[in-house]
Amino acid sequence: MINSKVFFQGLKSLKGSRSPAIPLAACFIALGALLKDAGFNIQQSAASSLFTYALPGQLVMAESLLVGASVINIFIAVWLVNFRLYPMTVSLFPLLNHVSQPKWKYYLSCHFLAVSSWLIAKDSYKKINKKHRIDFWIGIGIGTWSTAVLMTVIGYLAADYLNKDMLIGLAIVNPVYFFCMMIGAMKNLSISLAVILGTVLGPVIYLVSTEWALLFAGLIAGTIAFLFGEKNGK
Amino acid sequence: MESSEIIILAIIATSLATFISRFMGALTSEKVSVKSKIFQWFNCVAYSTLAALLGRMIIFPAGVLAESDVIIRIVVVLICVIIFIISKKNLVIPTVFSAILLSILS
Repeated sequence: MINSKVFFQGLKSLKGSRSPAIPLAACFIALGALLKDAGFNIQQSAASSLFTYALPGQLVMAESLLVGASVINIFIAVWLVNFRLYPMTVSLFPLLNHVSQPKWKYYLSCHFLAVSSWLIAKDSYKKINKKHRIDFWIGIGIGTWSTAVLMTVIGYLAADYLNKDMLIGLAIVNPVYFFCMMIGAMKNLSISLAVILGTVLGPVIYLVSTEWALLFAGLIAGTIAFLFGEKNGK
Repeated sequence: MESSEIIILAIIATSLATFISRFMGALTSEKVSVKSKIFQWFNCVAYSTLAALLGRMIIFPAGVLAESDVIIRIVVVLICVIIFIISKKNLVIPTVFSAILLSILS
């Protein structure tokens, strides 16, 4: 059903010098501590990472609860911040598609889509035979997802031992890792332009609209980068 | 409503709001060919949206990161990116270093 050799190859991406385990550990430990602060118990904290598994959305949820926002408001705010997962899925899953694979694999494994797993998959899918790429992806996904859940629990338990400076230190690891991975991915003109324009437009549009910033910045920067790449032969 | 009920509802709402985007992406992917222009466009938009999120996380962060100085955050990111490039794209060194550096500086 699942090609175990390729699956373990995906799982092994947690090891080595490009491992996402350190940034995942850092940010989910910080999240576990934050959720404890927000009044979650340990089961609720673990469930949040298990079922949501998307850090920016979980941060929005915790902060919204602290200011007493309604469930509807939380839903909309999280949807807007996690909408990035839609273009991310569409720019990865066609690469993993194969007619011989059942659809349920795609429908279930899309839950593993997060920035770290996406960046690893984009970086290494070419090494895998087209037929088994979805199993490779499931391996990456199970590895990163279970790391996130485990580290949320550890962060929750360690919350009392972590001081503010340590938490700030942990929180920077994730953006640093993502920035490095993105710079590593800037292999052609349109991707480089997409990354640079997005980085600038994200904070600029945030000044105008906090909620819609990501959506608009992504659409505008991405479209400019695409058109520019088309015109200049990429 | 009790606070634990609100938390459970919030977890369900957050998980649903997140899964919708992933699942819609999986459905759309069935109709998108790797060689098509629309795939290239989605690829650019995905990278831009991610970059926008990162830019926002550094300049206007949520959570504890907001308590550090913005100039220090930018300096830490720049130093770590330089380390990443000169260490032949090793990711462990810059990420571990970033945590230590920001903890010391803030």
